Amino acid sequence: MAHTPAARIAVNGTYHDYNGDPRRSLLDFLRLELGMTGTKKGCDHGQCGACTVHVNGRRVNSCLSLAVMHDGDEITTIEGIGMPDKLSALQKAFVEHDGYQCGYCTPGQICSAAAMIEELKADWPSALTEGVASNPVPSDDELRERMSGNLCRCGAYDNIIAAIKDAMGKEVAS
Amino acid sequence: MFGTYDRPDQRNMLDQTRQGVIGKPLDRPEGHLKVAGQATYAAEYQRPNCAEGVLVGATISQGRVTAIHRDKVMSMPGVLGVYAADAMLRRAAQGMAAEAPKQDVQIVDFPMQPVALVVAETFEQATAAAKALQIDYEETSDVPFSPKGQETEPGSEPIESGDLEATMAQMAHTIDVTYTTPGHASAAMEPHASIAEWDGDKLTLWGSFQMLRYNVKELADSLGVASRNVKIMSPYVGGGFGSKLGISHDAIAAAVAARDLGRPVRVVLTRQQVFEIIMRRSETEQRVRLGADEKGRLQALGHEAWVSNLPEESFAEPVVQATQFLYAGENRRLAVELARICRVTAGSVRAPGEAVGMQVLEAAMDELACEMQIDPVKLRKRNIPSTVPGDDTPYASRKLAEALDEGAKAFGWDKRAKKPCQRREGEWWIGMGMASAARVNMIMPAQARVTMRADGSVLVQSDQTDIGTGSYAILGQIAAEMLGQPIDRTTVELGDSSLPSGAGSGGSFGAASTGSAVFRACEAIRAVLAGRLKCRPDDLQLQDGKAWAEGIEPRDVTDLLDGDIAKIGRIKPGKTSNSHQQATYGAFFVEVAVNAFTGETRLRRMTGAFGIGRVLNEKTARSQCLGGMVWGIGSALTEELAFDERDGHLVNHDLAEYHVPVHRDIPPMEVIFVEERDPVASPIQAKGVGELGICGAAGAISNAIYNACGVRLRSFPMTPDKVLAELPDPFAK
Ligand code: FES
Ligand code: FES
Repeated sequence: MAHTPAARIAVNGTYHDYNGDPRRSLLDFLRLELGMTGTKKGCDHGQCGACTVHVNGRRVNSCLSLAVMHDGDEITTIEGIGMPDKLSALQKAFVEHDGYQCGYCTPGQICSAAAMIEELKADWPSALTEGVASNPVPSDDELRERMSGNLCRCGAYDNIIAAIKDAMGKEVAS
Repeated sequence: MFGTYDRPDQRNMLDQTRQGVIGKPLDRPEGHLKVAGQATYAAEYQRPNCAEGVLVGATISQGRVTAIHRDKVMSMPGVLGVYAADAMLRRAAQGMAAEAPKQDVQIVDFPMQPVALVVAETFEQATAAAKALQIDYEETSDVPFSPKGQETEPGSEPIESGDLEATMAQMAHTIDVTYTTPGHASAAMEPHASIAEWDGDKLTLWGSFQMLRYNVKELADSLGVASRNVKIMSPYVGGGFGSKLGISHDAIAAAVAARDLGRPVRVVLTRQQVFEIIMRRSETEQRVRLGADEKGRLQALGHEAWVSNLPEESFAEPVVQATQFLYAGENRRLAVELARICRVTAGSVRAPGEAVGMQVLEAAMDELACEMQIDPVKLRKRNIPSTVPGDDTPYASRKLAEALDEGAKAFGWDKRAKKPCQRREGEWWIGMGMASAARVNMIMPAQARVTMRADGSVLVQSDQTDIGTGSYAILGQIAAEMLGQPIDRTTVELGDSSLPSGAGSGGSFGAASTGSAVFRACEAIRAVLAGRLKCRPDDLQLQDGKAWAEGIEPRDVTDLLDGDIAKIGRIKPGKTSNSHQQATYGAFFVEVAVNAFTGETRLRRMTGAFGIGRVLNEKTARSQCLGGMVWGIGSALTEELAFDERDGHLVNHDLAEYHVPVHRDIPPMEVIFVEERDPVASPIQAKGVGELGICGAAGAISNAIYNACGVRLRSFPMTPDKVLAELPDPFAK
């Protein structure tokens, strides 16, 4: 039998070689293979955003992507954004603004927001506006539009937007 | 001493204590874990050698299994077993069942009901084998698939007094309308999951549950083992909303397979299974009759609802629960009729009863206000009864009028146009609507252990769960307040069934019940400390680790400790449960924009004012209200379970097709707490908050749609297609 070369996947800066079941999603690779359960599974079908991670800096639903496709990619998960004893500014803002309740959608919201902030800086358009580079702290509606791929059944939306704005504002101020 | 709560505790202890943490908007103590993904949910425990199980759903709607062709899948890679044991569940347990739900998966009660479990070394292998498993059935068709035109039975004892029909005929103003609401799903973000592991005859189950004291008994009864041999771990629960009140199919299936294989087994439901097999809120049809005299005083009140469930389920959505005590109207008939149909089990979904009953009652009240040309807030205030109509029970603390006034003021209700179609901005009609909020209140049996350690630090322990509600935060605040310790010297351990039994998370009673148990445990510790300080317990002052009393100099509380003091606090509902009508109240105000061309409704802002008794943590309580209001938005505009009337199967079985609100659907929101203490409700003067925010919210939105564009739909959710069909000419002047 031909030997399949392993996919070399960098997760938060550490390399992992994977040549297991080709049906394994990137999400299950993180959760089951690496035991990194910070990334959540809410639907396994790209409907909820709970599994959001960064692939080479862009936000991706990790349940919609197979692990074997990520040879050479750099993955950042919530564990790479900040652990409990060393939280990022965005994570701290989520705590302060109660941008969660049950906490299950939360890592996905935070990974998504972190990448969204970069998209805003890069002047990516949304369904609402052409570009936003001229306005470093965009409108609430702009943020809501761009975060709509991340569901929160607890309904923490208002607080999540407040947390993101707070973190963005602090970044602009500093 | 069982701690029955018979007399209202008027001492207001938590207003006398000095630590100053009660009610404060403190961050959740587990927050740093949640934002880093380090709070561990049911499926996430790393158990050595854990096998993976996937449930297989029936492809018929009702009937029985005649053969399972195990052989073919047993030879597939990694497959370890195919299970269809008698113990496995057909239906999830209802809330507080404390016994096995319907078992025996040879029988099929509804479409997609689990009939087998496939276990393999890996999740992918188990999923593939579950798809490949062939099962033969014998199909029956005894139970109808749609409630339409079916015979019904009383779902609860009807409430009747006076003469509704005769009074209606005499009233100056009457409304007789029928509304419909569709089925709803809890759709908690964390799918139901279980990891089962046996050690001899002892089972440990890591699961996602709301009420461990009942769940242990349900597991034990289903498996035929003693409760003392079952341990459940549920320290973090990714949302419940009723769907995790009772145990579900995953738990027993995992336990059966783990026992057979002699290794841990994990079973996680797919998102589709969560929708298809756990619990739905029943669809409802509701007829509301309102009859008011010239002054707008209700004399006649009818609220009748038709709901459904599977045969042999006792749960009937208690639609008229709040109608019974909210408004005047001595001549009344309140009833719930239940049809038996073949759809997934109907049970508790956030705020069973009021969630759908209040939105319809409040829409009908708006119709009456329009008919009378009276301000909707005024109509409600005019109909606040002095005692419960029909049975003269007095009310416990009730802040409905205050919530209506404070909410109206903060929102700017006086700017509302009196008639529809008065305000247009570009292609949008703008309107305002309001509704009252009401939800029954209760406490349930609860215990908690509080330990003051020799160094003065405090440990609170209970099997109480925190499903996002804030239990970790508020239980710590109660103990820190009572024992005079800074909050960071207080630790809370929850969600372990070997700890004293809390009330669990359901019916909005977790905080007041388990909080009262913590309070009483702290009182017992205070009594010991007072004895050692040689003062009366009521004179004891505790703050920042110091203890003193009048005439006794402050000293370190550690001087009074020669080891740990551990006390278990207990509370049980007593006479106060029946002596008064207990409820939480509030009011919603919303502004909507309705697109004059497409019928799309967008919320522009929303205010909720609520009286929930003592607020234990202003931040987490506000979040509970926000969450409820978000549910109200879903219920008003997008959420609807669609069942195929030919075979009972759920057509929109996931988050792509069942539309829960997303970020963009949510406007800026404001929550106001009306100052309140309710000593009838609990010794901490607190009531529930988890469900009130949904109870009536969708009614406010439907009323705002009418105020915007004159469309009075009597069918929730108010989707663009329905609104469009009724819209006025967008160009008319
Ligand atoms: S789990 Fe990937 S989008 Fe829901
Ligand atoms: S915090 Fe529970 S789903 Fe978002």
